[in-house]
Amino acid sequence: MQAKTLFDKIWDQHVVESVENGPDIVYIDRHFIHEVTTPQAFNGLRQRGIPVARPKQTIATADHNVPTKDQHLPIREALSRTQVETLTKNCADFGIELYGLGHPYQGIVHVIGPELGITQPGMTIVCGDSHTSTHGAFGSIAFGIGTSEVEQVLATQCILQAKPKKMKIEINGELKEGVTSKDIILYVISKISTSGGTGHFVEFCGSAIQSLSMEARMTICNMSIEMGARGGLIAPDEITFEYIRNKEFAPKGEGFDQMMKYWKSLATDEEAVFDKEYQFDANDIEPMITYGTNPGMGTKIVQPVPEMPFAEDERANFSKALNYMGLHAGESLEGHPVDYVFIGSCTNSRIEDLRQAADLIRGRKKSDKVEAWIVPGSKQVEEQARKEGLDKIFEAAGFEIRQPGCSACLGMNEDKIPAGKYCVSTSNRNFEGRQGPGARTMLASPLTAMAAALTGKIVDVRNLLSNN
Amino acid sequence: MKKFEKLTSTGIPLPLENIDTDQIIPARFLKATNREGFGDNLFRDWRYTKGEQLNPEFVLNQNKYKGEILIAGKNFGCGSSREHAAWAIADYGFRVVVSSFFADIFKNNALNNGLLPVQVSQEFLNKLLQAVSKNPESKLTVDLETQKITLEETGEKEGFEINHYKKYCLINGYDDIDFLLSKKEAIEVFEKKKDEFLKAKTEAV
Ligand code: SF4
Repeated sequence: MQAKTLFDKIWDQHVVESVENGPDIVYIDRHFIHEVTTPQAFNGLRQRGIPVARPKQTIATADHNVPTKDQHLPIREALSRTQVETLTKNCADFGIELYGLGHPYQGIVHVIGPELGITQPGMTIVCGDSHTSTHGAFGSIAFGIGTSEVEQVLATQCILQAKPKKMKIEINGELKEGVTSKDIILYVISKISTSGGTGHFVEFCGSAIQSLSMEARMTICNMSIEMGARGGLIAPDEITFEYIRNKEFAPKGEGFDQMMKYWKSLATDEEAVFDKEYQFDANDIEPMITYGTNPGMGTKIVQPVPEMPFAEDERANFSKALNYMGLHAGESLEGHPVDYVFIGSCTNSRIEDLRQAADLIRGRKKSDKVEAWIVPGSKQVEEQARKEGLDKIFEAAGFEIRQPGCSACLGMNEDKIPAGKYCVSTSNRNFEGRQGPGARTMLASPLTAMAAALTGKIVDVRNLLSNN
Repeated sequence: MKKFEKLTSTGIPLPLENIDTDQIIPARFLKATNREGFGDNLFRDWRYTKGEQLNPEFVLNQNKYKGEILIAGKNFGCGSSREHAAWAIADYGFRVVVSSFFADIFKNNALNNGLLPVQVSQEFLNKLLQAVSKNPESKLTVDLETQKITLEETGEKEGFEINHYKKYCLINGYDDIDFLLSKKEAIEVFEKKKDEFLKAKTEAV
């Protein structure tokens, strides 16, 4: 038999038919939906007079537009309220389970899928949101789709999709202290650029990846889309199985053991060939931060902003980005003042992120110059943080803890960073205006964000760890 | 879906790289529940100054540039999966976007809305950008049937790739959902097969 990559195995197993000279009809196991990218798709179904094909394989939540304060009150902003209400109505009309505001499972769609055990190895998963790639951490094929495609999946549980190419990114070695999976992925994107993965599905492997927890793996797959890839995945192993065991919707008892037999077979064959391969050494990675307006414009904190590039066409983009950020080529970032710190988003708002952050600030106070928000990714994360007393630590340090949602990740709800202000953010995109018009986003790990909150500046978190 | 066969039009140059979907349509304008009207907020934060005045420096606000073809720098449409980006561009009146590279999801979204992404070489893109910037009256012809884009004043042309199936859909105004709905039986057969596959894989040996 021909050697296959993990990606090939899952993909091929889900192809209903291949269109001649065209895409494959790919069967979708799980379809996550949220309020922003679905209303037009449901309208389409109504116009055609057809139902949702497999409502039981469709899971809904409200996350992008929701306020992160006073969630028990009606949403103030009229358009946001309409979108959330439209989702509620659509779910009721079409028989879809909704974890909306107030529900104990509500949260950012890519946080709740895994924590509820809905996301499992070997599955195909889609959602009208590019960071669906997060679910790939479980050894599944998960990717973001547009609204027309959401309508396809609602109508038929299938999607027409050309098979992407395959890329392998292998990271071996041990991570240094203070370096997290967020630093790994920011480092990788800074090396291969925001378009380096276009057309490809990436498998992350190597000892540095295998040693990561599930939540850390999710951070990496989450941002695989930021290098242009369709998605990223990691072969499932014991760490994966242990994470899934006992989760709400995971198979239980004997059923679990049976599934595990299948899951264990999900790995890339030794002889399998990738279209492109990269290798990195974990030892070369240090705490990272972005200085520009795309996630590829990142650097080690101890290094300055790069010098102006030589190529004419790159210069214009580079200057435009630095101009927007109010930074200069060659300038040192260490010590640069920070106005806001945002810990949240589907990249870094899980319980481990909050634990790491809390450990660093236990018994300390944040800088007066910084406004700092911590936004748990889901109700369950919020609940768990409270059980562990993390909320007390954050409050004592002067942080504001908000209720679950996408929050300041995308400037769509009420949480926005004011124009011109610097925000060290654990989210995934530093595009112009992403956190609000004129906002200056610097992407970093929760540790680095916390270090910025404590000192009011960009610092290498390792300086704080040593005297902790 | 609107059919696309052939288009001759002037073009609008936007020679920036990595134009992401947050620039094409900022998140705060994604709150509508229908597909229309997004064109009003296309490139919103570039089109308007902070004081909500039209920014005279932005190409869409310069009268000399008109047309149904947007010519943009490398890696167009990166970022989020929002189809609203494709809706906004189409709603504004564009039928074609030319670039030397497109982000994957954007490309699919565009094709699903009758907006044709035309990927050309960097050299040809530079040529088009120069020609159009120098003479805004320069016309381009995009012929989907022959898969060629031509700069009319010099006759220079370049071929572009498009998936055979997508081309067929665009030329006929045919849509993916009709096609998938016609596969209902095959999908049901597949579901049974898949159950059996999983059963075989998970049963005790
Ligand atoms: S947290 Fe941000 S990136 Fe994640 S789903 Fe929400 S808006 Fe998208």
